[in-house]
Amino acid sequence: MKVTVTVNGSQVEAEVPDRTLLVHFLREQASLTATNVGCDTSSCGACTVLLDGQSVKSCTLLAAQADGRAVQTVEGLASGDDPDAMHPVQRAFRAEHGLQCGFCTPGMVMAAVSLLAENSSPTEEEVRSALEGNLCRCTGYHNIVRAVLAAASENQATAASERQA
Amino acid sequence: MIPATFTYQRASSVDEALDLASRGEETKFLAGGHSLLPLMKLRLAVPETLIDIGRLRELSYIRDDGSHLAVGALTSHHDVATSDVLARELPLLAHAASQVGDPQVRHCGTIGGSLAHGDSAADLPAVVLALDATLVVRGPSGSREIAAGDFFRGLFETALEDGELLTEIRIPKPAAPGWSFQKFTKRAIDWAIVGVAVQGGNVALVNMGQTPLRATAVEQALASGAAPGDAAAHAADGLTPSSDFSASRGYREHLARVLVGRALTESLTRA
Repeated sequence: MKVTVTVNGSQVEAEVPDRTLLVHFLREQASLTATNVGCDTSSCGACTVLLDGQSVKSCTLLAAQADGRAVQTVEGLASGDDPDAMHPVQRAFRAEHGLQCGFCTPGMVMAAVSLLAENSSPTEEEVRSALEGNLCRCTGYHNIVRAVLAAASENQATAASERQA
Repeated sequence: MIPATFTYQRASSVDEALDLASRGEETKFLAGGHSLLPLMKLRLAVPETLIDIGRLRELSYIRDDGSHLAVGALTSHHDVATSDVLARELPLLAHAASQVGDPQVRHCGTIGGSLAHGDSAADLPAVVLALDATLVVRGPSGSREIAAGDFFRGLFETALEDGELLTEIRIPKPAAPGWSFQKFTKRAIDWAIVGVAVQGGNVALVNMGQTPLRATAVEQALASGAAPGDAAAHAADGLTPSSDFSASRGYREHLARVLVGRALTESLTRA
């Protein structure tokens, strides 16, 4: 079937078998390979992307389910390669050393972006429970949680300074 | 891993979904897909046709109808968990929905999908059982209502006939306010090894048999005035939970007694 998905703001259209999974559509049709296939059983969260703004596991969705909808992958977060152009969550993962091997990172970052969109100032406990669907095979959870909390604080500070300006 | 080949069809209304289902043999409705697609990847489910009902907004709602709440079958776990109306009127359901899977699963998974899937290890079947819900289904010959107690028939087996679609879950406002939901998992995202939902004197169990079950021995003990600890001792009476890679039968029976005890005690603090 013909599937059209708006990926990171650009329309991607392809004729794919009905059984094509969204993660394969993103990697093979949209040529965006940051989204990893980890467990392939919706356990690990490495394939997390945003579908119409909400975090989902793209290994457990058909591309057809995203037809006509908007997907954001980690490639769509930064406006450039420079650290200043990074998304606050990416900047915080870099500053807090929120990654070791990096395999889970695209999914972790997207899960964190989804959390902060729903809850801009989460507690540490809320961050941990929001990341329940994302496994880090290096077990580097402490720094990941620290990074998400740092990103939340940065967002708060930015919002506060914008209010004052 | 990708599923075996199938034909994908998307319905734009309930009528169209029922019409599409009436035309094929091995058809399955696809809601959030978070129970069905994993089974299809493992070839445990091999439908010929998938009818995507995920976009039927007409089945995504939460409505206070006075004596009961009406929840559309395609309401996501996330929307159930974050509903102010449900937090006020049916906190057991809202809380249990917040404990399903993980955030990504809750964004996709739906209450109707979870119930129609009929997995006795899932959380919400036991919850609607404890809440004395009525399930509204539509089929080629009209709609009918099924009591939650009659809906779950066996392992992954429900009272839904071929071509019937679960459309709404009706839940009476509880007469007794005390509630609790407890489950025990190895990892946060796992299915419950055992779980329990309590609303007033109603006690239902997750993963203690082929279907979600009411713990009738516990309910009878409570009705005759037993204290929570004494009633909980009957949690596994007459039940034959399975032994599998995550727990032996004896361990499940032990967990049921412990979790029912905790749930009854917690529910009293909210009564």
